Amino acid sequence: MAKRNIAIGTLLVGIVLGIILWGGFNWAMELTNTEQFCISCHEMRDNVYQEYKGRIHDLNRTGVRATCPDCHVPKEWIYKVKRKIQASNELFHKVMGSIDTREKFEAKRLELARHVWKAMKETDSRECRNCHEYGSMDYMAQGRRARREHQEGLEAGKTCIDCHKGIAHQLPDMAEEDPSAVLAVHPEDKGTE
Amino acid sequence: MKHLSAKKPVLLLLGVLGLASAQSALAIEIQSLRGENDIKETTEVPEVKRYNKDGQPLPRNYVLQPPLIPHKIDGYQITIKHNKCLSCHSWKNYRRHHATKISQTHFQSRDGIVLANVSARRYFCLQCHVPQTNALPLVENTFEPVESVSAQ
Repeated sequence: MAKRNIAIGTLLVGIVLGIILWGGFNWAMELTNTEQFCISCHEMRDNVYQEYKGRIHDLNRTGVRATCPDCHVPKEWIYKVKRKIQASNELFHKVMGSIDTREKFEAKRLELARHVWKAMKETDSRECRNCHEYGSMDYMAQGRRARREHQEGLEAGKTCIDCHKGIAHQLPDMAEEDPSAVLAVHPEDKGTE
Repeated sequence: MKHLSAKKPVLLLLGVLGLASAQSALAIEIQSLRGENDIKETTEVPEVKRYNKDGQPLPRNYVLQPPLIPHKIDGYQITIKHNKCLSCHSWKNYRRHHATKISQTHFQSRDGIVLANVSARRYFCLQCHVPQTNALPLVENTFEPVESVSAQ
């Protein structure tokens, strides 16, 4: 009888502990999944957040917002944990001060943007599709250009980020990405940079 | 004031009166930006203008008119590092996006040197090319396009 009580007791304690620890872990992880947490570092607050403000995912007709983690952290638990583990590298660079001035950030902007573009491409823009589903797009409600581009894009197997780069932030120097959409360099100015 | 003769105050008074009447005449002619509204009344807010929905290219009205933008351009950025318009309208991209290609004249610098890309003086598209809203003309306009560019 005593043995049985101990077994039941252990089980109950285990269940309660499990709920507390598991819940606590997820709760703590969710705390890091908020806009407020993201902009508690000046690197995010003074650069990318300023560019995000007022743009379509922040300010729009209906007031529905997609904040930092909605686009930059996966929703599904296993991918979310993976991304959070990757974030330890970001903590390292925070300590190192890799982008702690505007100049340093601008110098790294292309590299950082490419990381995001690569991740989006690999996951077929998974985070976009949490809200924007190809299958639920009503082409008839779209403008002339969007209707054509979306249908052609779907057929060509493109993903959101292929066309929608810079939707929420300023684009880096795009000379390498699309040399036809940048300012011409005057021959006399060449070599000054 | 001590040497002022008796006539002078009268002249001064006339002068002041004249100035006052001139001012009241001006007050009738000049209309402030708030219109004829009484100071205590709130000015009527004009209707919010909406940009036209995406449509076909708009006809030009005169020779060398910069083509108008027949679509929305919300959130399209032109920075020193990238020009969103050119991501569809450049010579490299226009076919893929079924867009109008940028004029070749835009590649020339002010010294007449032809550059490999859009020249700085033509880079800020919205200085000449503008989208249209549902706003009505502010004044009557009797302008008619010349036949050579008229869409009819």
